[in-house]
Amino acid sequence: MTAIESTNAHVHDLGMPAPDVTTISGAIDASVAANGPKQTALKAKDLKTDQEVRWCPGCGDYVILNAVQSFLPSLGIAREDMVIISGIGCSSRFPYYMNTYGMHSIHGRAPAIATGLAASRPDLSVWVVTGDGDALSIGGNHLIHTLRRNVNLTILLFNNRIYGLTKGQYSPTSEVGKVTKSTPMGSLDHPFNPVSLALGADATFVGRAMDSDRKGLTDVLRQAAEHQGTSLVEIYQNCNIFNDGAFELLKDPNTGPMWTIPLVHGEPLVFGPGGASCVVRDDFGGLRIAETNQVDASQIVVHDAHRDDPSYAFALSRLSSQDLRYTPMGVFRKVAKPSYDRMMADQLEDAAAQQPADLDALLAGGDSWTVS
Amino acid sequence: MTGTNPGISTPGISSAASGVAPSMDPAVDTAVHSSAPGGLVKSVVELDRVVIRLAGDSGDGMQLTGGRFTSETASFGNDLSTLPNFPAEIRAPTGTLPGVSSFQLHFADHDIMTPGDAPDVLVVMNPAALKANLPDLPGGGLLIADSDEFTARNLAKVGYDSNPLEDGSLEKWQLVSVPLTSMTLEALADSGLGKKEAERSKNMFTLGLLSWMYHRPTEGTVRFLERQFRRKPQIAAANIAAFRAGFNYGETTEAFAVSYEVKPAPMAPGKYRHISGNQALAYGIVAAGQRSGLPVFLGAYPITPASDILHELSKHKSFGVRTFQAEDEIAGIGAALGASFGGALGVTTTSGPGVALKAETIGLAVMTELPLLIVDVQRGGPSTGLPTKTEQSDLLQALYGRNGEAPVPVIAPRSPGDCFDATLEATRIALTYRTPVILLSDGYLANGAEPWSIPAADELPDLRTEFATEPNGEDGEFLPYLRDPETLARAWAVPGTAGLQHRIGGLEKADKTGNISYDPANHDFMTRTRQAKVDGIAASIPATEVDDPDGDARVAVIGWGSTYGPIGAACRRIRASGRSIAQVHLRHLNPLPADLGEILARYDRVVCPEMNLGQLAMVLRAKYLVDVHSHTQVRGLPFRAAELAAVFQDVIDGTTGTATTLDTGSDTPAQTGAAL
Ligand SMILES: Cc1ncc(C[n+]2csc(CCOP(=O)(O)OP(=O)(O)O)c2C)c(N)n1
Ligand code: SF4
Ligand SMILES: [Mg+2]
Repeated sequence: MTAIESTNAHVHDLGMPAPDVTTISGAIDASVAANGPKQTALKAKDLKTDQEVRWCPGCGDYVILNAVQSFLPSLGIAREDMVIISGIGCSSRFPYYMNTYGMHSIHGRAPAIATGLAASRPDLSVWVVTGDGDALSIGGNHLIHTLRRNVNLTILLFNNRIYGLTKGQYSPTSEVGKVTKSTPMGSLDHPFNPVSLALGADATFVGRAMDSDRKGLTDVLRQAAEHQGTSLVEIYQNCNIFNDGAFELLKDPNTGPMWTIPLVHGEPLVFGPGGASCVVRDDFGGLRIAETNQVDASQIVVHDAHRDDPSYAFALSRLSSQDLRYTPMGVFRKVAKPSYDRMMADQLEDAAAQQPADLDALLAGGDSWTVS
Repeated sequence: MTGTNPGISTPGISSAASGVAPSMDPAVDTAVHSSAPGGLVKSVVELDRVVIRLAGDSGDGMQLTGGRFTSETASFGNDLSTLPNFPAEIRAPTGTLPGVSSFQLHFADHDIMTPGDAPDVLVVMNPAALKANLPDLPGGGLLIADSDEFTARNLAKVGYDSNPLEDGSLEKWQLVSVPLTSMTLEALADSGLGKKEAERSKNMFTLGLLSWMYHRPTEGTVRFLERQFRRKPQIAAANIAAFRAGFNYGETTEAFAVSYEVKPAPMAPGKYRHISGNQALAYGIVAAGQRSGLPVFLGAYPITPASDILHELSKHKSFGVRTFQAEDEIAGIGAALGASFGGALGVTTTSGPGVALKAETIGLAVMTELPLLIVDVQRGGPSTGLPTKTEQSDLLQALYGRNGEAPVPVIAPRSPGDCFDATLEATRIALTYRTPVILLSDGYLANGAEPWSIPAADELPDLRTEFATEPNGEDGEFLPYLRDPETLARAWAVPGTAGLQHRIGGLEKADKTGNISYDPANHDFMTRTRQAKVDGIAASIPATEVDDPDGDARVAVIGWGSTYGPIGAACRRIRASGRSIAQVHLRHLNPLPADLGEILARYDRVVCPEMNLGQLAMVLRAKYLVDVHSHTQVRGLPFRAAELAAVFQDVIDGTTGTATTLDTGSDTPAQTGAAL
């Protein structure tokens, strides 16, 4: 049995030998012996740290932090069993404000670091916090590979469509023609749609939420946390300093309902004031927007997040354009597939069952000779 | 050959002692006796050592043949050392010079340190192999050629106007032309295999012939072939038949009147096996996991010559070893560091280009002060360089190749078997001091093999280390950067441990709390503390061994890593010529041993041979103000003992810069085969 597999054996009666603190499970057992059973009844304030939060006043990151701190206790996970790994960027300061284990790592690499942690410690709840530059520019490769592997972790991608920390250059999600310090005549490159990208990598869970929509965000986060495998949640986040109002079209109570397509599994995709708009199949196997009163009710697509084939979810993600009109919000895809860490643990177990770990036998090998 | 050549470690070449005997050192007694197998009277010549080189096309299976001959030789009990040399291309066009692959094996009845400067026996499977390797075969050497492959077409491919096997141009050598291919086909006539398939067994026919010539045990190879082709019994049978046919051919043919005996080498009692550097290194990682009680997590991206470590470790899941083939080198080390954060022994294995990519994450490991093992199996550089050739040119990259003041301990193994011990030492440092450690192997160690005294698992170093389990601050808080006063190691608390939640990262840390700090004095303090922690490792390093048997040397030679063998062999030659020389070989390159400055100051001259342009020499000059004489080469091949002996002699005799005087006998011009 590896050290990790025994981490669930936390119970120690008095009179038991002292745990061996040179092993992971022993160290955890020792802390249980000292502190009593794991505390899973948490309040939001239990997750706050003594560190002063250093985002600009009014930054969307505050709202997300509050939402996460309020929501996490409902998962019933002890805070010492949660780990938040981030990259570099304004958003990536996140772990310092969470009273869990955390690593504020280097630019773009959080998914890789989290993969090693989650793959070797399936007993932990591992979260990645990253920005649009962190996840999609420098860390794009790690992101897509993490998604296709389906390691059990939850990635929160704070998309403010700008580089915040480096003071306002355009990012890989900025709309074409974006005028920034580095693109005075407008940016030339076509942006990524993070949801489309994730689905292209065959991600098993993909969702999208708005920083200011506490209920919607919490709902997507809950489903993401429960999902076994890699969950990607794109969170639209306002950077009020360098890209203020980027999501105003969707936030404004007047325009928001017109352009937002709420995704509810099992519900028909009808949206807009008075349900005036809907989503129907087009002639090429994709999706298009229609006026509800112009189509037969049977033509309206009923949202199915559990479809194994990602092309439906992909088609959904393509409904929105760069200016955010017709933006689906909610869970695009949620399919069950074995997670990488679980399969890795199974291989180790199978190997151990087939062949005992005998170091002397390994070192001796098959072709040895003796000199006497 | 003059008396100055002791001929201890690497055979010199003389005129043949008899018939087709491979050249051997005249200083060695040669016993000849006769036997009469199959009615033929054949004599047996006793040799003290032999260097054989097998050369053929990449597709001819020379590495496999060499590996098998090595196994036979190891189980026979000779000391041995090997030098595989193969092209970076998997299959360069057949029969061309770039496609030539070779395997050199030196075996002896005494302990040896190198794969041999030059072969005594060269086996060539085609004209390209002949052309590429002949310059290395000293006059008088035995040359065995597969005459079937010397066709007009193959000769033309490498620019031979006429057949060298027939035109008298090889007169300087003892040429034996053998139709290896057609004899293999004949032997397999009833095997049911097609011509193409049957032909592929010619390497086993050759191995059989050599096994007869050198009295090698054959059961191991038969067992190996049965195992290797378990699912293709017809192929297994054909290979075994070819192997036996080669052996019987040797016994019955008149072409070979002599066979050779190289007695087992006296070795300390114990159990032995032969082992390559990469295999030893992989076993070292498994053992480090077992002895530390930590699960091993390897994050790696395939790269020559390090991939075999990934391959080997992926077989040992039953030891709780997790292997992760990442999307790139950065993810490989990132995942390893993430696993270390979780309490695993994080390991990443790569070669020079990969280390370049990992630099930023190594810096993060320095900052987060987590244990991490980074293995660099060096190859020729810069850039993609010479993927399959050896070099020591990553030393400065390992020492300094990061932004900021980012000290990292660096350890280098000296021989294939030593890769095992060096891995355990690197792990000791990583775990004790909570630091990334770079282990610098190289292509020569990685692929080379030697007999290895199998250690007992329970006698290996105890690598257990304690995790933090309770708050360590005065106010009941946990201070992740509170240090052990002796080692300056910080507390290692793993996720899952209640009450010790903490955040670490790449931004500068406040002393003790580990919170983000931009305070100037704190940064100065933390920078110096990280340096002091690494410098302090020197206190745990044993006194430096100085090998100076006569105790009166005025010249010291200092080396590191895989040059140990050739330097040691050269020192033996120097001593046998009546001169004295001291040998110091470094395992710890950062920090350097505490006594090293004082040791170097004792000598009139210090020579430092390296397979780079003088990287260690530069460090020693900077650190100790010693006028180090740097001797370098970057040919992608290990030093030759003879070449080094000549250099050392010049330094000792004060003749540096003049023509070399030591008769190196077997020395030949720079090998051209590797540059093709
Ligand atoms: C290797 C490296 N390159 C560049 C940087 C500079 N850098 C820091 S954050 C950042 C972009 C951050 O943008 P994003 O991920 O969108 O995060 P935000 O600040 O917008 O939350 C850049 C370019 C760095 N820290 N490291
Ligand atoms: S720069 Fe923008 S993203 Fe960064 S903290 Fe300020 S408002 Fe938030
Ligand atoms: Mg951003």
